[in-house]
Amino acid sequence: MALQLSTHKLGKSFNRRIVFRDVDAHVGEGETLMIAGRNGAGKSTLVKILCGVLSPSQGRVVVEGTGKLNEFDRKGLFGLVAPYLQVYDEFSAMENLMLAASLRGERGDRSVYAGLLTRVVLEPNRADPVHGFSSGMKQRLKYALALAHHPRILILDEPMANLDADGMAIVRTIMREQRSRGILVVATNDPADIDAHEQKVNLNERS
Amino acid sequence: MSARESVAARWIRAALAVFLKDWRSELRTRYAMSALVMFVVTTISIILFSLGGEGASPEVLAGMLWVVIFFAAMSGLSRTFVMEEERGTGMTLQLMTPSGAVFAGKLLFNLALGAGLTLLTVVLYALFINGFVVRTLSIFLVTIALGSIGLAAASTIIAAIIARANTKGTLYPVLSFPILLPLLMTVINATRLAADGAPFSEAAGEFQVLISYIVVVITVSTMLFDYIWKD
Repeated sequence: MALQLSTHKLGKSFNRRIVFRDVDAHVGEGETLMIAGRNGAGKSTLVKILCGVLSPSQGRVVVEGTGKLNEFDRKGLFGLVAPYLQVYDEFSAMENLMLAASLRGERGDRSVYAGLLTRVVLEPNRADPVHGFSSGMKQRLKYALALAHHPRILILDEPMANLDADGMAIVRTIMREQRSRGILVVATNDPADIDAHEQKVNLNERS
Repeated sequence: MSARESVAARWIRAALAVFLKDWRSELRTRYAMSALVMFVVTTISIILFSLGGEGASPEVLAGMLWVVIFFAAMSGLSRTFVMEEERGTGMTLQLMTPSGAVFAGKLLFNLALGAGLTLLTVVLYALFINGFVVRTLSIFLVTIALGSIGLAAASTIIAAIIARANTKGTLYPVLSFPILLPLLMTVINATRLAADGAPFSEAAGEFQVLISYIVVVITVSTMLFDYIWKD
């Protein structure tokens, strides 16, 4: 069975404020789901629920086509790049990648990660502490961290944030590759961020 | 790579990764260590100045030792969770690793930090405070060991709770005091017995209470942590 990600009657409220409700979405392998909505519509909240770091107030998220997963494998399904996802500033880019591997219960491979850092043009800065990085460099490192474990579902929240033209070109390539090997979910206000999408959730209609 | 390894082996690796991350981070930033050391040094100095040349009874000195350790722990042992929230890296941990491994790693870190804190306090206290004499060393050593473990275990879960609150600094000692009160009363009693030269068997009741406290706190924390950590 092919990989599928879907939501059923998903809703989230904080105290009495309803962020969104009755969100039904479905995306399959090789497809892209675009999450659109004005500021405050709940795009980031939906992203956090999809990757399991926030619980929904109602409804559920279902991932099919994976077989039985343990807790590590379930977490390893997802890769996330988002402005609110932070890296450890006192460590270098390579240390962050090695740490992420250990946190996932795996042994990191420095040579593989060196290739990944080359891909996001951070290899010359691999040993520098991240607190000296620009916001664009940190965004590139987040891509390296999200891709290091080959996630089958890649979720990007504001994917082009802080990136220059070269960085945006790298991200477009990453998006194309992800579509060919799994599921891509992109939360953005800007349709120009995304080349194509098969499925769309407009949160402006769900609050 | 991961499919061949058991979940238990991955879990242990993840917990150790959290512990080593916090330890390396602490060595680079000195965030908690500086607060702990400064607190211990200034508090013992104040006790020294206020006592002057006069000695105090072993009961009073035993109590004061644990007052120093308690408040120093309050100034440093919450940092491990508060730092994650302040820097926004808590979600990174949530995304990558199971909550149980996070708790185990943080508990290990606080155990190491708490042991260092207790050792420093005891050494400085023994060196500079007149009249602080331990006559039954075995009772004192077991009390210090169990007291450090209990303090670290309770501090870790309380830190996880208050890290999500807006008034972290104030809430930590306020919430900790009632939870740590049984531990503090027992370790003060046991330390007094050590100072009085009581035989080891006389402190067995205190040790039973301390071991029960540690088991209960760690068990309850393990059960509750997932709820505290996730939302």
